[in-house]
Order: sequence, then structure tokens, then C-alpha cells
Amino acid sequence: MPGLTYTAPTSVDAAVKLLAGSSGLAKVLSGGTDLLVQMRSGRMKPELIVDTKKIPGIMDIREENGGLIVGAATPGAVVEANAAMNKAWPGVVEALDLIGSTQVQGRCSLAGNLCNASPAADSVPALYAAAATAVIVGSKGRREIPVEQVPTGPGRTSLAKDEFILEFKFPPRPAHSGDAYLRFIPRTEMDIAVVGCGISVTLDDKGVCTAARCSLGAVAPTVLLVQAMADALVGHTLDDATLAKLDAAAQAACKPINDKRGTIEYRTKVAGVLARRAAKIAFDRASGKTVKAH
Amino acid sequence: MNYIDSNLKVVGTRPIRPDGVDKVTGRAIYAADTRASGMLWGKILRSPHAHARIVSIDTSKAEKLAGVRAVVTSADFPNIASEEAFVGEGPMNFRDLSANIMARGKALYEGHAVAAVAATTQAIAEDALALIDVKYEVLPHVIDVDEAMADNAPVLHDDMFTSGVTPKPAKASNIAKVVTFKKGDVEAGFKTAEVIVEGTYTTKPVHQAYIEPHACLATYGSDGQITIHSSSQGHFMVRAYTAKLLGMDIANIRCTPAEIGGGFGGKTLVYLEPVAVALSRKTGKSVKMQMTREEVFRGSGPTSGASMDVKIGAKKDGTIVAVNQILKFQAGAFAGSPIGPGCMCGLALYDIEHINVVGYDVVSNRPKVAAYRAPGAPITSFAIESALDELADKLGMDPLTLREKNAARNGSKTHYGVTHSNIGFEQVLAAVKTHPHWKTPVKTGQARGLACGFWFNIGGESSANVHINEDGSVSAATGSPDVGGSRASMGMMVAEVLGISVDKVRTTVADTASIGFTFLTGGSRVTFATGMAVTQAAEKVVDELKKRAAMIWEIQADAVEWRDGKAFPAGSNAGAFEPLDLAAIALKAGRTGGPINAEVSVNAQGAGAGFGAHICDVSVDKETGAVTIERYTAIQDVGKAIHPSYVEGQIQGGAVQGIGWALNEEYIYNDKGQMENPGFLDYRCPVASDIPMIEAVLVEVPNPRHPFGARGVGEVPIVPPMAAIGNAIRRATGVSMPHLPMSPPTILAALSAAGK
Repeated sequence: MPGLTYTAPTSVDAAVKLLAGSSGLAKVLSGGTDLLVQMRSGRMKPELIVDTKKIPGIMDIREENGGLIVGAATPGAVVEANAAMNKAWPGVVEALDLIGSTQVQGRCSLAGNLCNASPAADSVPALYAAAATAVIVGSKGRREIPVEQVPTGPGRTSLAKDEFILEFKFPPRPAHSGDAYLRFIPRTEMDIAVVGCGISVTLDDKGVCTAARCSLGAVAPTVLLVQAMADALVGHTLDDATLAKLDAAAQAACKPINDKRGTIEYRTKVAGVLARRAAKIAFDRASGKTVKAH
Repeated sequence: MNYIDSNLKVVGTRPIRPDGVDKVTGRAIYAADTRASGMLWGKILRSPHAHARIVSIDTSKAEKLAGVRAVVTSADFPNIASEEAFVGEGPMNFRDLSANIMARGKALYEGHAVAAVAATTQAIAEDALALIDVKYEVLPHVIDVDEAMADNAPVLHDDMFTSGVTPKPAKASNIAKVVTFKKGDVEAGFKTAEVIVEGTYTTKPVHQAYIEPHACLATYGSDGQITIHSSSQGHFMVRAYTAKLLGMDIANIRCTPAEIGGGFGGKTLVYLEPVAVALSRKTGKSVKMQMTREEVFRGSGPTSGASMDVKIGAKKDGTIVAVNQILKFQAGAFAGSPIGPGCMCGLALYDIEHINVVGYDVVSNRPKVAAYRAPGAPITSFAIESALDELADKLGMDPLTLREKNAARNGSKTHYGVTHSNIGFEQVLAAVKTHPHWKTPVKTGQARGLACGFWFNIGGESSANVHINEDGSVSAATGSPDVGGSRASMGMMVAEVLGISVDKVRTTVADTASIGFTFLTGGSRVTFATGMAVTQAAEKVVDELKKRAAMIWEIQADAVEWRDGKAFPAGSNAGAFEPLDLAAIALKAGRTGGPINAEVSVNAQGAGAGFGAHICDVSVDKETGAVTIERYTAIQDVGKAIHPSYVEGQIQGGAVQGIGWALNEEYIYNDKGQMENPGFLDYRCPVASDIPMIEAVLVEVPNPRHPFGARGVGEVPIVPPMAAIGNAIRRATGVSMPHLPMSPPTILAALSAAGK
């Protein structure tokens, strides 16, 4: 049996060199809440594990140019406890708060959730809606891409073998903005999304939507950023006609499969329901109301 | 002696559980917690196919792997003739049990054991499994019970000719047997009916989902003496079954019960122990085996799924005049579903003149079912109690009134021949009527469901020992594994009889070499039957203590009275002596006849039947199909609660398992007959936040056949939940929910089909 090497480099350069130099399967470890489970079940057999948590700054949250920077390996629980993130991005925070259990949230990270590239990942639709960018480092240097360009299929990403995400940039938040994430699961917790929906909006003084980003999880091979849902919102207040258009746009965007967690019909219908409900919360938040989604 | 109306000091109180500290500190020794020096790890190779002929098994490559000590297949086990085994809560045949623990000729379900390896490490054992070359001829398979009964279904056993029908069928089929129960003249009964309801109901197999996977440590000594450490609901059962499956004498096996992490009926048979002994015999080393959760799902028994038809006829005043019920139960790969109790339990609650029940025991390519809490009863009651709710609506009658009108009473004769006596169903219904939950108007946006349930409860063979130690403290031992608080309740009954504080009594579960035969823990029998044995042993000890006091005082034994843990002279004529407590008498035991000890073995009869009624309020999200259980009350006749907290715990636990059964639990199979959800992520038992506080209400109608009036309590509470929840959902949505689980997609599809 091939052996397994675990390393925990203390700099980006060292980590990149290790990844580039590996001849077999190399995996980046942040919280490990997906990777360790996959290894234990025998689905993943890496030869090299590069633990990024010792890299300075990778587990921190800081403000920069009016926006927020969240280190890639920052545990969900740390993000949940951060006042600035709660104020600017309650939808992202509540999405992280749904992952696994309290114990899992002590480890799981935004980068892990994104790079595991599951279409059902809870924080990913919220990240897409938030227009976050991923700062990626590798042998060829540093690049920034929108988060929705990271996953390319179930379990696949656009990152090269020697690349990993260093941090996420959340843009400055205009006045009258709000976001929300809702998911449906058959139980009340400890479950995987059957459908997820993230919505972020900015309103004008009269409550008319001036900008929107909407996403759906678990209804296609990757999380979807749905322009038609955003189009249904922009230029409108959240009246019944707008909600109906949003619902229809969400349903039209779904390309789900029948599997053990839900049927095509069910997922499609519930995507529309969640879109309406998430939009209401996002609009309420944008109007200055404090709303608890879960 | 009978203590039912006496002034009880210990029984009925709530002392701290004696096993609690070990369990919460992690010190309790469960089955997987033991090691032996030089031990090997055993692992099982399981069939990836739902139905396949085993053409050949080549173990040579695996045997050559460094660290592998032995490989066994069915060739290492004796070929056993068909013979009915005794078992707690479901029929089992030794030939089938042998073929279930190690496939013989055919693999009958995905996960069926086909070979096992013993190696120096778990990793080597797992690698060795991959080196065993099994050639399969894959056969067509069948999962669903109705499909398994079809004429063109793949047949699992070519020697299965349906029993219970005449003439004997000429063709083999998957129907193992047909059972029939008749009372009155059902056709004549339906002619007098003014209102009729009919329905078809289905339930899915559900797993007991005990948190502790099966595990054992077995040692085959060079002198042929065998020790087994494992967790089960009956170490005497483990001993007997292992002896039988390996062709050994029972006396050569000693089984030590580990702390058990849940069984619920699923640990009333063996899977690993005979395999571990066979591997130990072949290697001369101790062999440890433990299942993964995935193996528990793929390889161990759930309870049956079923397909049922019900027709109920009633008069306009609510009198039920006739019932027809057809039940088709999945047995799994071998015969032996709980079809008998299924045919009996649903209608045992009601006094009905004309009844016709027909049950089918049907095999298909799934794991062999095992007992699960009141086996068969929750399934049949889902159908009956759902149909009764529809009947109540059709009659314009309150569902409680309908049940009160037809409730079985003492003297009611059931359709299976037994006449009820000392039952408390009417008292349970009366408690429903006066309970605040029932009297509180249903909240806006919610709806309320009611359903009832019955279980026989059993008695049977038990042994118990009570010993007064040298310092006057007391040791009590029984042969019953403690699955639901029996160490506490046994100790409390002993303390009550001896008139001492319960903390002076330490109760243990003795191994098979240290106490007389005790039938397994199942059928809600232990507090009743083992409780009877331990009470009688304590009474014998009291008689002996009085004798010893009389000897010390040099008076007649009948001149000694025992109260509050002390011997007193019976009256002034007996003489003036200071009372003697246990310590004083124990101190002189050596001079008055030796150790003070009594062991009693009983075959307890007269276990009182149990009845319960559950009320639940639900809300339904009509856009997602999600159900929220808003309020839940479970009312049950428990005879006498020895330790009320444990009894409430049993009732709450049963209700929670029922909620899982009702809402989300199911096996999901792909088109190859392979289970797709063998883990707790996608096999959805309820999590804590899914469940409201379950209020348990104890109704105490004493069972006169037990010294303290106890009747079994652990099984009744899983019977009513599915129908109680289904009835509430139907009332919330206006749509019937005849198919379990009532998961969100099922509910949304049903609402959509009904145009809602």
C-alpha cells in the first residue's frame, strides 16, 4: 500500500512547492470535514495532504477597502461569531451555520465547502449571491476569480494541481442591501440540502430592487448562479407578481436528478418556494429589519 | 406475596440509575471495548449482488497475504437441517440462521455474508477481503413484497412451498406461509353494516437503528472451551445459537454479556459470534469482530415492510360489525416475518363480532427481518387505526368516541382465541378524554391525530439470585441483559421486599455460567418475569433471615417478624429482643447455617397485555410537504411503574422511533437491488430538534399476576405513532396518507395529486 504524507507548511510558497512536487494525488486540507470522511470511507486515497492552517492569515477575517476578507481555512464558527460578517452578510453566516453540526462548524471552512464542489454545499449558493471572489495562489502566482468559476462539476474545480484558495474577498456593501440563504432538508438539522437558495439584493429608497444575485443549490451538477432570477427582481418591489416571476425563473433554471434525496419534480417545485421565501428575507434585511431565517 | 395495595417505599420512586455514571463517563464496557492478548481481527466479505448463485470461492490469494491467519466460508460450518429455533419475538429456523450468517450456495441479498477473514490487523483483514475471488452467477432479484408474490417473480428458495394452504402448492414460490384468523361470519357482518371504509396501506422496512453496532470477542480454547463477550438481548440465546450453528455442546460455551447500546429486538439473534468462534477455532487465537454502520444496515435485520388491505363495516351508531384485513409482510431473504402478531394485534383492541384476517409471509432479496419493538403490531395498527379515523369522519363521530364505543374490555374475546382479562384499555381512553392535550382546542394551522396500540407482552423463563453479603449489603443477579433499566427495577423490587434502601442493593447481569437459564430480553418480559424471579428470591431470603434471627434469639421462626429491613420479635410473647438488621444477622451467618442466599428460576405466566393511546398535533408546510410535530402525548397502561422515569423513557423512546418510521425512515434501493442509504445521513432517524417534548402519561391498572402489578411497557409505545401522525396529517391537509414514510416528497406529491 502507498503511504500517506501529511505536511503543514507555514508559508504559501512552501505549500505550493509541496503540491507541485507531488507525483500522486495531493489534497489540500483546511478543516478536513469532507476530506477525512472521504478517506475513512475509502473513496479518497491521497498520497499527500497539505494542511494550510499554519499559513499566516488563512484563518483570519479582516476589513480592506470597505470590503471584508475571509481567510480560506477560517472555521465556520469563527465567521459566525464575526460581527462585521453578521452585519454585512447574514445570508453567508446563516449558510455556514447550517453545515453539519456545531462540532463540524468548529472546523469546516468556506474554501473546503467550495472546493469539495458538491452541488448541495450550503455556503456556496450564499457565496455566489454575495459576489465573493476567490484569491487563488499557485506556482504561476496569484489570481482572483469569481467564486462561481471555481467548481466545474461534482467534485471538480478549475484549480490547477498546485493551486489552492488563500482567501475570499467580499465586496463593499451599499446601503439598503440584504442577503439570505434557505435550504430544504427532510429533518431540522444534520442533513444535506435537497434544494438550497441564496439571494442578495440592493434596494433604492422606495424598496425597488436595483441589483440582485440569485443562486440555487442541489438542482444541477454544480451550484447555479441564475441571472433570470435576478432579472425577475431588478426594477421591482417584492410584490406578488415579482414573487411569481422569481418562482418561475427558479423552477426553469433547475436541472435536477432523481436520487435518494429527492425527485426532479420535488426539487424543482421547492426551488421556486425557497426562492420566494429567501427573497422575502433578503428584502426585509435590505429594508433594515432583523430577520432570522432558521 | 402480592404487594399491589401495600404501602410501597421504594417501588414507584425515581432513584438515580445504577449504570448512569459508567455510561456518561464512557467507562461502560460495550461489546467493542474488549481486547485479548494476541487477538486477531475478523472481517466479513459481503455479496455485492441482491441475488446470485455462488459458483466458486477462491480464498488462496487472501490466505497468502502476510498477516492473514484464516479464511472461513460456509464450508466451515455444519450443514444444518430445518429446525425451528426458539426466539423471542419472531420465528427463526436454524438452517436459515446458519445460511444467513454465511451464505450457502446462493447470496440472497446485497450484504449477505459469503466469507470471513481473521488477520493481525483490521487493515490487513480488509485488504484480504478484496483478495477473495468469488465467482457469482447473478440472478434476477425482487425487493418489493407485492412483486415478490407475483407469478413471474424470481424465486429465492426452490424448496419453498407455501404452507397453510391446501392442497400443498405444486410450484415453489416466495410465499412461505399463509395464516388465517376468523371470528364470526364476516360476510354476514358486512351485510348488516351501514357504513363501510376501505383502504390499501403500505409500510417500509425500518431498522432498529441501535447506536451500538454488533460486535464480539470470541476465544476457542485448545481444550474446546469457548468464551464469548458480546452485546445482545440474551447471552443464553447467543450461547445456544452459537452451539447449534457450530455443532457444539452448550456447556462448552460461556457467554458474558457486554453493556448493550440498544437492541430494540434487533439483537435477539446472532450474526457475528458463530463466525468469530469458527475463525478462532481455525487460528487458535481470540478473534474480535465488529460491524460498521454500513454493515449493520446491509447485513442485519430491519422489521418487515408490508402491503395491507383493510375493510371495516359499522353501524351508524359507531358499532363496528365486521373487519376484513389482508396483510402481506416482507420477511427478508428467509421465512419468518412477524406476520402472526401482525394478524392479531391490530384488531386486539376492539370488541368486534365478525373478523377475517389473512396474512402472508413473503421472502424477497433483502436482509432477513429481525424483531423490532412489538414486531408486526405497528405495521398492522397503521392500517387499522388509519382506517378507523376515516370511519370516524364518515360517521361524523369523534375518533375517541368511536374507539370508546368499540374498545375491548375484560371478557372480550379476540379473533385469535384469547379472552382479555385485567386489561386497562378503557382506563387509557378515559385518560385521553381528561388530558389537557385532548381538551385543548387545536391551534390554527395545526391538526390533531389520535391512534391506539396493543402489545401482548410475554413472561417466560428467568432466573435470579439474591445474596446477603458479609456486611449486610445485598447483591442481586439476574440473567437478563439490561436494555431498559432492569438493573434499577430489579434492585428496587429487592429493596422493597427486604425493607431496605435501594442503594444497599447492587444488581448485576450474570454470565451464562453464573446464573440459571434466562430467556432473552424481549417481548417486554423482564420487569414482569425476571422481576417475579428476583422478588421471589428476595422473599426466600427474608424467610431465611427470620430463621437466622430466631436462631440468634433462640425462639421459633414464626415468632419473628420482618419489617423495615429488620427482624423483630412478633409480639410480646416472643420475648423482648432488640431488632436485628441485615448487618447484624450477616455477621452471625457463619454460626447460623452459612451464607444467606436464594436463587429462584421461574416460568412466569400472566404477563398483562398493554394498551396505549397517542395524541399528536402537527402542522404541514403545504409548499414543501414538511411536517412539524408540534405537540405529542403518549398515554399508556403500565400496570405499575417500578421506576417511573425509566417507564417514561421507554414511552418517549418508542414514540420517537415511531415518528422516524412515520416521517422519513426507509431503505432506498437502486435497480440492482443495492441499498443506497446505508448510513444515518440518508437513513433519516429523527434528530433531537425534530421532536417536541413527548409527554408520557402513566395509567396504572395493576397486573394481578405480578407481585407489584407490573406489565410490560417497552413495546406498546411504538405501535400508535404512525397512524396518530398520519391521521393528523390527513386532517391538516384533507388528503389521506396511506403510504409510509410520509416524507416531504410523498406529501407534496399526494397534495398535488389531490389538486391541493
